Amino acid sequence: MNYPDDAVLVLLDLTPAGELHSGAAGLLGAAAALGSPVALVVTDPASGGRAAAADAAAGLGAVRTLVAESADMGRALTVPAVDALAAAAKLVGPEVVLVSHSIEGREVAARFAARAKAALALDAVGVTRDEEGVVVRHSAFGGAYETESAASFGTLVATIRPGAIEERGEDRPAAAETLTVEPSGLPATTIASFEGRAETSSRPALREAGTVVSFGVALGSPDKLALIEELADSLDAALGASRAAVDEGYAPQSWQVGQTGVSVSPDLYLAVGISGAIQHRVGMQTAKTIVAINKDPEAPIFDIADFGVVGDQFAIVPQLTEAIRAKKA
Amino acid sequence: MSSLSEPLRIAVLVKEVPDTYGERHLDLETGLVDRAASDAVLDEIGGRALEAAVSHAEANAGTEVVALTVGPESAAEALREALAIGADRAVHVTDPQLGGADLGLTAEVLAAAVERLDADLVLAGNQSTDGLGGVIPAMLAELLGRPQATNLDAIGIGAGEVCGTRASDHGTMVVRASLPAVASITDRLPDPRFPSFKSTSAAKKKPIETLAAADLGVAVEDPAAPRSILISVAARPPRAGGMKIDDEGDGGTRIAEFLAQNRLV
Repeated sequence: MNYPDDAVLVLLDLTPAGELHSGAAGLLGAAAALGSPVALVVTDPASGGRAAAADAAAGLGAVRTLVAESADMGRALTVPAVDALAAAAKLVGPEVVLVSHSIEGREVAARFAARAKAALALDAVGVTRDEEGVVVRHSAFGGAYETESAASFGTLVATIRPGAIEERGEDRPAAAETLTVEPSGLPATTIASFEGRAETSSRPALREAGTVVSFGVALGSPDKLALIEELADSLDAALGASRAAVDEGYAPQSWQVGQTGVSVSPDLYLAVGISGAIQHRVGMQTAKTIVAINKDPEAPIFDIADFGVVGDQFAIVPQLTEAIRAKKA
Repeated sequence: MSSLSEPLRIAVLVKEVPDTYGERHLDLETGLVDRAASDAVLDEIGGRALEAAVSHAEANAGTEVVALTVGPESAAEALREALAIGADRAVHVTDPQLGGADLGLTAEVLAAAVERLDADLVLAGNQSTDGLGGVIPAMLAELLGRPQATNLDAIGIGAGEVCGTRASDHGTMVVRASLPAVASITDRLPDPRFPSFKSTSAAKKKPIETLAAADLGVAVEDPAAPRSILISVAARPPRAGGMKIDDEGDGGTRIAEFLAQNRLV
């Protein structure tokens, strides 16, 4: 089987249900901007959904999808996916390998780069090509700096920040094939059990959301969360929280925005009762528009907010929710 | 390598980083962290990893905790702090040739240092607060041929294994790895203890070994090794504040109007 000379190998994450992770569109979009995307999915032979995942990858721009089956997938950490990626790279001979900068993805990419002795670029917010090759764009210190990097030579392995790529690939006919993987036999960590996060919410994922409504410890009690949730739902927004709110137990850790949490760049970031400590700002200051509500007129969040209201969130938020509903009605 | 019944040697990766409580800068000539422009501190996440190792050592006599860093000469200060928190000794890999080392080279140097130390467990933070890459522990595991138990919200170090709960993308995993292994922890673990006056004084007598890349047998300028190179760096203009109003009973309505004017609803 021949693969395109300009093949870009893309490792796609699957959800526990066996579907493509929502970041696949951006990964394949980035790959399509550089060359011909060849997708790789790695599954447990017992799980279904392979054909559907390959179809979905083609719909997002993959010219071909390699399906690797590994009985160790879901039982051993990272190594089975690295072995599959190494086998796929050997077969395809790509100029670039793209992987999501997710927790699982970045470790697979890094181990593969270490194994292949390839240059590694992390957390890209853009990829382009100039006359000398592929250039990776990064955002440092919460968007205060932009840097560009490239591989000195050889295959470039890059991880892509989820939600950062707006390009999309074109719909292509499905073309799936099975990839045989020779296990490396390297010692791996055993996954003794897995508990999926309950996706009780129909809200968009925080990293990829167009609008984020975030709240701080000033909420005062988890009982007041409904107020924030109603505002978020009126805007079809994801929910975010400050570290202090997470530490107080008002929000799960996965909602934390900032230095030690998630970095977001939505079209609209609405900060409710968040003072805007620098550790929070580095996770959200690249938002296109920032709106802040805070009772302290000196709160640093106002220094970066496009529109700020000094006042009581418990009075302002319900009024805002009503006004948005009225405008949408 | 020590047998499983013997006390462990734990190498804890620590790093000197610019303090996140201040403004942080990149040097626009080199693209590297401008270390002179901010206060340098021991990275908090490495401090948490150190605390986990030191707590284990206190409960398991004979355990040796070694703080390991690759960094400029100034990083010796971060190692002194690690010794004050409770590391028994420190290894400082410092070499002008390693300034601006990419991830691959940094991982190679660390792997060589871990092999030289003959450490049973490498413990690190999940990601540094300056680079935020989050991949060095995984790269070390690959280069050392060890299992990686990374991104742990809780950790147990036991007979011949390290275990814990891994915060993953889609949920939580309980994971186990046989030693020797590489592990990393998240900021869900406790803060490091505040060093006492006594432990700070004692730290001054603890040894810091200084090594260059050549001492570890790492060829820094290997023409056959591809590297990631920085080709540009630019500062973005700081974000300016816009309109700020006092709520006069219509704050919510005013925000909704602002959103409508900007086509955000």
